Amino acid sequence: MRAAFRTGAVAAVAAAALIMTGCSADAGSGGSADDPVELTYWAWAPNLDKVVDLWNDENPDIQVTVNKQDGGDPAITKLLTAIKAGSGAPDLIQAEYQKIPTLVSSDALADLAGTSAADLSGEFPSGVWDSVTLGGDALYAIPQDTGPMMFYYRDDIFTQFGLTVPTTWEEYAETARALHAADPSKYLGTFSSNDAGWFAGLAQQAEAEWWSIDGDAWGVGIDEEPTQKVADYWGGLVEEGVIDNKPMYTPEWNAALNDGTQAGWLGAVWGPGVLSGNAADTAGMWKAATLPNWGSDASNGNWGGSSTAVTSQSKHVDAAVKFATWLNTDPDAVQALVTETGIYPASTDAAASTLSEAPEFFSNQPDFYDVAAEAAQSVAPFQYGPNVNVAFSAYNDEFAKAAESKTRQAFLDAVAAMQQITVDDLESSGFTVAD
Amino acid sequence: MTATVEAPSGDTRPARRAPRHPVKRRTAARRHVTPWMMLAPGIVLFTLFMAAPILYTFVLSFQKELVSGLGLGSGSRTRTFAGLENYVATFTDPEFLASVGRVLVYGLILVPTMLGLALLFALLLDARRTGAKGFSRVSIFLPYAVPAVISSLLWGFLYLPAVSPFYWIFEQLGWDDVPSLLSPGLVVFAIANIGLWGGVGFNMIVMYTSLKAVPTEIYEAARIDGASERQIALRIKVPIIMPALIMTALFSMIATLQVFAEPTTLRPLTNSLSTTWSPLMYVYRDAFTRDDIYSAAATSVIIAVATFAISFLFLRVVQRRAFGQED
Repeated sequence: MRAAFRTGAVAAVAAAALIMTGCSADAGSGGSADDPVELTYWAWAPNLDKVVDLWNDENPDIQVTVNKQDGGDPAITKLLTAIKAGSGAPDLIQAEYQKIPTLVSSDALADLAGTSAADLSGEFPSGVWDSVTLGGDALYAIPQDTGPMMFYYRDDIFTQFGLTVPTTWEEYAETARALHAADPSKYLGTFSSNDAGWFAGLAQQAEAEWWSIDGDAWGVGIDEEPTQKVADYWGGLVEEGVIDNKPMYTPEWNAALNDGTQAGWLGAVWGPGVLSGNAADTAGMWKAATLPNWGSDASNGNWGGSSTAVTSQSKHVDAAVKFATWLNTDPDAVQALVTETGIYPASTDAAASTLSEAPEFFSNQPDFYDVAAEAAQSVAPFQYGPNVNVAFSAYNDEFAKAAESKTRQAFLDAVAAMQQITVDDLESSGFTVAD
Repeated sequence: MTATVEAPSGDTRPARRAPRHPVKRRTAARRHVTPWMMLAPGIVLFTLFMAAPILYTFVLSFQKELVSGLGLGSGSRTRTFAGLENYVATFTDPEFLASVGRVLVYGLILVPTMLGLALLFALLLDARRTGAKGFSRVSIFLPYAVPAVISSLLWGFLYLPAVSPFYWIFEQLGWDDVPSLLSPGLVVFAIANIGLWGGVGFNMIVMYTSLKAVPTEIYEAARIDGASERQIALRIKVPIIMPALIMTALFSMIATLQVFAEPTTLRPLTNSLSTTWSPLMYVYRDAFTRDDIYSAAATSVIIAVATFAISFLFLRVVQRRAFGQED
């Protein structure tokens, strides 16, 4: 009994001591090896903790703890809840580019324009830098990775049916028709109502501007010519029946990638990870090319990609910036990010120096990263708005109906509905919406 | 009846006299305090984890967040009183009304089928000549132990023609045009089937347990009077376990209104399910996809009130029939 009490007392004192050190670390801005600044980092990229271990070994004064999250959406929901509650947010968070306006509008991110991070603009492609500054004077995050879109195709099936790699969307449509005519069970791709980011990337390539800032008002341009053109194109192919209408990332889609029913995929630079995970038996059969184009000018879209942001609740903004800068621009760190997490780095120089050897799944294509670099260079600028979540869930619902009905008109109606839902949401939230 | 009415009045008499005697007053006070102390943990937990969140949901449902300007930068969002705006928005949204309609169809398919099968299995298990009762009972009940998300994933695989063994068999048999259960017109059956698979066992156990509680003398008397097994089942067993049938019907109806896990898990597999297929999915979308907890709160209140109303009406309608003979 007495022994138990003593242990309890010791534990209590130890806990109190821990709390005290916690407090003193909070109060000071700079850390030392004995009294390090402790940062928490919410992230979902696999194995990111291994990259952070490199930092922790070299920087005893700033120790970073990775708190693994389920994924992009849940992490943001959790962060927004912590911001509303006034406490509980981490110092750093992995934020997808399309989430940044939502986070900024909820006052969740610290403005880094006054810190050393502001000097990094030259490290990144200007389209990427725009998405962390929202085109203004503020700086809300440091870019980590990007997802320039690419066209993946089954080289063996293309050879078998004598198909050539399409470079324009017109050629893509012809190839899709030729393949489906040669073998009616096969498709060159599918139109997925599950993946709003994928469709946004295709619209971005066509130079759509889904959101824009017009003085003190937001402009919404979803239902305009570029996106209508993309929707009309895909609606036509689905109506014709030469492109499948089933969602991606289902067991059925995985099976189709494996057995060649899906002979192509409009993916992004992170595609090798998806293909090797979902269709492991097809290693060495795929090849990557740049996305087909609308005209003579090379243009591209982004699907995915994320940044490292400092939250508005962080008490160690400078230390957090120091870490985030190292993580995303230091050659060793970027190299570790590439090998451990499999991302495509946003930093131009780092990408060039770290990505030389093709991914194992694409060992048949030694120039994989040359194609990727070409794809990354031509990414068109794209502005996300404060209610991407609403527009994206509208995409899921409206394009699910359109894909199921398999008519070109339904695809155009879906674009109009997306526009309506997005504008209505902005207006009911009190935003000023430009006409 | 009369005895129970008299008992409390007999108890109050000494209590009224109590103040004249200090000793008795103290015991009376203790008598008042003790039950409260025993109730306290329950009351505290109920207040903290039931009443307070419900009240907070209610408060939230009358508010909204307003943005000024571009909504960038700190302090651009303010919480304001919204009156009935959120409620009006939910009631006038055709998507919400459609989700209610879908769930009603789902319930009309699921509840009678599930309870019918559960009753049939319970009666079969209770019949004298049935063998392997333990095994049958466990194997019918087992699906209930599988979480809805897992069972939806399992069934999702079985529904997708490209990966389903059923469709492989159909193909071998030369049936090429078997429609997918995930197509728009049939998806409600696909979801009801998952609910059925998981729910029959539970309801069967409830009915079977109440059948076991029936004294066997009644059956012996019926047999002596020449009743067949089927007559015993329909004329004696079913009426006797009517309260259990009503309870399972009520629980099933409430579960129907709250269907969420099955359609949410199946949604990414098909174009036929929207993010607002059921009312609870509608709430989930508002709260977690649109970050609009205020609208979500209002819709939650509407669903809760509707659940209460339907349960109450249902009990009113069937109560007399079910519990009539107990009075």
